[in-house]
Amino acid sequence: MLFRKILVAGAMSLVATGAWASCAFENKVPLKSLSAAFEAWKAVTSAMAECGNFTAELDQEFREKQPAAFAANPALYQIGGVANSTMVPLLNAGTIRPLDEYVAKYGQQLKPNQLIKVDGKTYAIAMMVNNQHLMYRSDILEDLGIPVPKTWDDVLAAAEKIKAAGVVDYPLGGTFKTGWNLGEEFVNNYLGEGGEFFGPGNSPAINNEKGVRALEIMKAMTAYMDPEYLVSDSTYVQQQFQQGKIAMANLWASRAAAMDDPAESQVVGKVKMASAPMGSVRPASSLWWDGVVFATNMTEEQADAAFRVAMEGLDREMVEANNDVAVWLIEGYKPGPAAEGAIATANNGAVPYPASGPMGIMHTALGNGIADYLKGAKDASTTLADIEAAYLAAAREAGLVE
Amino acid sequence: MKFRTFAAFVAPSVVMMLLFIAFPLVSVLVQSFFVTQPVYDTVEVETCTPGFLGQICTTEEKSVPRRDENGRIVEVTRFVGLESYRNVIEPDRFWAAVKAHSWAAVQAIDFWKALRFTLMFTLVTLPLVVGLGLAIALAINNAAQAVRGPVIFVSLLPFIITPVIGALSINWLFRGDGILTAALEWWLQRDIAMFAQAWTIETLMVLYRVWHVAPFAAIVFYAGLQTVNQDSLESALIDGASRWQRLRFIVIPHLMPLIVFVAIIHLMDTYRVFEEIVGFSSQGHVISLQWLTYDYLKPDQAGNRSISRASASAMLTMIGIVIILIPLLRRTWRDHRRARA
Repeated sequence: MLFRKILVAGAMSLVATGAWASCAFENKVPLKSLSAAFEAWKAVTSAMAECGNFTAELDQEFREKQPAAFAANPALYQIGGVANSTMVPLLNAGTIRPLDEYVAKYGQQLKPNQLIKVDGKTYAIAMMVNNQHLMYRSDILEDLGIPVPKTWDDVLAAAEKIKAAGVVDYPLGGTFKTGWNLGEEFVNNYLGEGGEFFGPGNSPAINNEKGVRALEIMKAMTAYMDPEYLVSDSTYVQQQFQQGKIAMANLWASRAAAMDDPAESQVVGKVKMASAPMGSVRPASSLWWDGVVFATNMTEEQADAAFRVAMEGLDREMVEANNDVAVWLIEGYKPGPAAEGAIATANNGAVPYPASGPMGIMHTALGNGIADYLKGAKDASTTLADIEAAYLAAAREAGLVE
Repeated sequence: MKFRTFAAFVAPSVVMMLLFIAFPLVSVLVQSFFVTQPVYDTVEVETCTPGFLGQICTTEEKSVPRRDENGRIVEVTRFVGLESYRNVIEPDRFWAAVKAHSWAAVQAIDFWKALRFTLMFTLVTLPLVVGLGLAIALAINNAAQAVRGPVIFVSLLPFIITPVIGALSINWLFRGDGILTAALEWWLQRDIAMFAQAWTIETLMVLYRVWHVAPFAAIVFYAGLQTVNQDSLESALIDGASRWQRLRFIVIPHLMPLIVFVAIIHLMDTYRVFEEIVGFSSQGHVISLQWLTYDYLKPDQAGNRSISRASASAMLTMIGIVIILIPLLRRTWRDHRRARA
């Protein structure tokens, strides 16, 4: 139902803008894609659809379907949309194919940066990057004479001043929803402290000073956040910003454009972007990419057509029509003010999200385990030890740890 | 009825039950004693991913599943006995916590935390549902004939709403400065955050479940009220029994089999509480046994899921339901035998 609505919405925006030149070739092979459902994927799949014989399935729960759908022979989808972490199960199962010959044939416009390589072979074509970075209300910071925060200490000091001034409900917002979001916050801060997640043999290695420091930063933030932080996800934080309830947050770059959307936002032009606050070593953020992969289980003819259609979706015209929807990696992208934070974060040395099989388990264990510390039910070291124990139980069952 | 006719009528239902209930149950039981996992090789892998300007390449040791000549992941299945059950219940940690007399330590273990909430939820909502259901049934029964239809319709409404949708609606009404939280804040003149601590969330869950299920109890009791012996009621009236005494000594004993029936259904349903946890996104504060099974079963981003622990947890939930039903089933059994004797 939702999918159909999105298709209709996609088709309507196509009619409405009409700015895109139609596809360079006419596609005769029926093709299907499965990807996440955020704005950038709508833009890309709508552009692919111009080639004809193409249906897109946009589904936020795509990762639950993708491994099985790609393992089928023939695969149920020829084109898949993935990110760092969701490529792992497909790569492990060998259900996505190497792309070097197609890149040589049809991919002249691709930048080297877009080719996701594993052991020298290209397995995915990236289209955009995403990371969490600082967004702040420039008007409030200027009024109170606070410089743009660079480290967590700056952020906390600024939050204290904003709280004292009482200009917003809560100085800070945060994507602290128990589960994936909360796990990601720890990952960001732990990477910011320069931490490593695993020792030899996939053994967990987070119960150390860096882990404790990461937790302490998170706890310090909660003092300035909406007390219902354990249920607040990215959309909720975005809305808090748009409704003028918070002054700062380390939020996803893909949410930046929404701050200036006059239909939703009461703070148009007041939210500025900056690098994610620095931890002891790096910015407290991790770099993500989104891109397309192609099924192993399809005919050569299908693979050829699928790659060409995807290239049409990832071309300059699509980017020019949707410049501010994402931080694109595609030729023709002009970074606007909304992308400043994402770029600054990358330039300050943020590292890619360390996607892997064990990391999937670790992320889940973190997402489930950290709430107890933030609520004060456990101290930092016990929390990390319990998370390591939960990781070990799951990793043993998965066969990743002896 | 001839046996052949009987069998012909019953067979489709028996086949369906075997196919969709019995076999899956056996399969879950079997899976809970086995672990299936891929064979991993540790290899050095170079991965290149985009930075903003240039690529970032890292070389590190990764566990890569072995694949056979057909490209399928090689998996091994081994018998692990009760290990998955131990991993769910964590008996060692539990006993250590009990010996240390630390309730907090017991509640730090997922299974026991979930069990605590599930039992509380089940046992608190039961009397409320029965009581409220009876009250609604009596209200309908005493309503004038003309308004009875609309009253039945309105009181059934909560039962019609899809549970997840209902839970989400309550979530939105109370979340942040939702309408009802804002109203409470105005009334009490203080700041309120309903989703910031466990007890407020649990209270909302109990209220929601009672609101949602009481109509079912009410409609069953209302049907029962139609068959109360009017002669007994009249004689009680003549003997000067008060309204309360008539209810206590005539109506409730008459409804008892129905009350037991509603209680059994309610216990079975409520022990599997799940929609409230998801709808209220409460897992940071409150989890239930059914949610725990779901969490084991749900793949993470790298595609790992804990099928064996999920199976063990599902079996434990079933065992829990059987245990909690024993007193009521014994009562029904006794009544049954007495009726026959």
